[in-house]
Amino acid sequence: MIIAVASGKGGTGKTSVSVSLAKALADSNKKISLLDCDVEEPNAHLLLECREISRSEFNVKIPSLDLSRCTGCGKCAEICEFNCIAIVKKRAVIFPDLCHSCGGCSLVCPEKCIKETDSKTGEILEYNAGIIHLVQGILDIGKAMAPPLIREVKKLAREEIALIDCPPGTSCPMVTAVGGADYVILVTEPTPFGLHDMTLAVETLRKMKMNFYVIINRADSGDDRVEKYCTSENIEVIMRIKESIDAARAYSKGIPLYDALPEFKQYFILNSNKIISRAGEFK
Amino acid sequence: MKELVIISGKGGTGKTSVSAALASLSESTVIADCDVDAADLHLVLSPAVMESGIFESGKLASIDKSKCVSCGRCLELCRFEAVKNNDGIFSIEETSCEGCGVCVHFCPVNAIMFDERKCGEWYISKSRFGTVSHARLFAGAENSGKLVSLVRKKAKEKTSEENKSFIITDGPPGIGCPVIASITGADAVLIVTEPTLSGEHDLERIASLIKHFRIPFFVCVNRFDVNEEITSRVEKKTLELGGIVAGKIPYSKIFTQSQIRALTVMESDCVEIKNIIKNIWEKICHRMMTI
Amino acid sequence: MKIAISINSLDMDDKMDMRFGRAKKFMIYDTETKTNELIDNTQNLNAAQGAGIQSAQNVINTGADAVITGHTGPKAYKLLSESGVKIYHSEEKPVKDVIADFIAGTLKEADSADVEGHWV
Repeated sequence: MIIAVASGKGGTGKTSVSVSLAKALADSNKKISLLDCDVEEPNAHLLLECREISRSEFNVKIPSLDLSRCTGCGKCAEICEFNCIAIVKKRAVIFPDLCHSCGGCSLVCPEKCIKETDSKTGEILEYNAGIIHLVQGILDIGKAMAPPLIREVKKLAREEIALIDCPPGTSCPMVTAVGGADYVILVTEPTPFGLHDMTLAVETLRKMKMNFYVIINRADSGDDRVEKYCTSENIEVIMRIKESIDAARAYSKGIPLYDALPEFKQYFILNSNKIISRAGEFK
Repeated sequence: MKELVIISGKGGTGKTSVSAALASLSESTVIADCDVDAADLHLVLSPAVMESGIFESGKLASIDKSKCVSCGRCLELCRFEAVKNNDGIFSIEETSCEGCGVCVHFCPVNAIMFDERKCGEWYISKSRFGTVSHARLFAGAENSGKLVSLVRKKAKEKTSEENKSFIITDGPPGIGCPVIASITGADAVLIVTEPTLSGEHDLERIASLIKHFRIPFFVCVNRFDVNEEITSRVEKKTLELGGIVAGKIPYSKIFTQSQIRALTVMESDCVEIKNIIKNIWEKICHRMMTI
Repeated sequence: MKIAISINSLDMDDKMDMRFGRAKKFMIYDTETKTNELIDNTQNLNAAQGAGIQSAQNVINTGADAVITGHTGPKAYKLLSESGVKIYHSEEKPVKDVIADFIAGTLKEADSADVEGHWV
């Protein structure tokens, strides 16, 4: 069972909600893999007491050229949609920084002189946090290609329930992270920015033909425009978490909503079971 | 012409509210909203669109079912999990397609089409604080940074056309391609952060990215009173990394209240916050003029 | 000697194009015969990335010995310099003045890229 936690807008409490759901499920003796796919800014580990159990490099394939056999035919440059290859003075010159690892150049080279080699773009860490299994992808600074790392992190889910903490926004990293989930939980806040960014996420998820629910965080901090939108669009709001300055202070110190207030803990335990049964309906 | 780009690393730190406030203070300015993935600045600026255009970027593969022989070669070669096999009917998932063209090239029966991909729209608008260059990325489209560059380029064109002297750019969150595209060549960057462990963690990552591009940077801590201990660590870190602390903003409901009224906080009656932001702006301006 | 200049139009009085990767056109000027030819470079204007590399390839393959432009990014610089093409950065001036500066020897050869890539 795969549940993705996403948000059109950053800073709505998506990570705190993901961690809280994971903790609530763990406290009900459910085995969880929490997959931190917000690889540009992975933060779930900051909200959990966890112990690192493994760390490995994440590599993407980039072309490397055997110049002695290159005839400068230009087939590689022709297939490369990303302008990584130039043909000058009858030889190919490759700029791997721009490579999207599609493999086209090595497949098309008639001399078979382009091999694919590993190039590090990030790391994958696994942690134990009680019975929660946390997997984190972290992109190297200055690298631009998040989706391959996100795909790899998703492959490392080992427990029956996988919770994915997705990157914010609605572009390709978010699409890659939510892809294949049984359903998506959109975390938003009741403000104009929150509503606007949520509608973009809704549009994206509808285009992907995915099922989703909404959680409104800091539900009493703004106005009722998110509620009205959800009603008119027939989207179910499954949780409303109220605003609390104590929760904000707790979060600043790395304490998730679940542990910030006793009433939040109860609320998450109650709703985490509902969330699991919903995922079952979609399966 | 000077350009200040406002970014945050982590989302939700109040970057857009601060950008809007600074834009309202800057007198001879053009405003650029480069957070094209979740553009929100227009909700406060209420810009009236004067010009617009379609933004195309990269290509998109699609299978012509009448020619497809279901050999599965495309599925085997695609590295982006974009080819779907539904009982022998092959199709390409638009949101997953990277536009690399490998499937197009190797399809034995030339059944795969490869067209320009429409990714979004750009706009030049008028607002009560001056001209706004902004854009909208279509749902699930790739944010390569190219649209960010286009928005900045159009902002620069308008700045020279209108003889303005400043560009205030609301940048994207994160540290990836769109952020790189939004800060390269800028005169200074303002990082709006918050005193949380996540904010602190992300600040280090974003600051090292900025240092890589050798751009002077300022840091503003929003909601600083939520955790004063982390705030002082953030200030210390900023200095260590070679940045300048531009100021600290306390937690205040006025940000959400102003947003609901589609106004910047500078248009509210909260004197305390207004003075703090004015001071931040003056400090940044003063330093930028001497850079 | 053949020099490639990034230009907006063939008009010698028109200002050069300061961009290299996304220059609209290149003028290939022969300092001996004082003749010029035009290389179209518009296909790179809309490239999502790698415009500098492709422009450098275009220039190198014309057999130009030197390039005069406003700025070059790291990849274009690397490809040009490794292919033996000299790079000169000029201020924004009419094309005829840029050529005159080059012939007079007042343009200084660039010893590194002067802008980052990423579409600026």
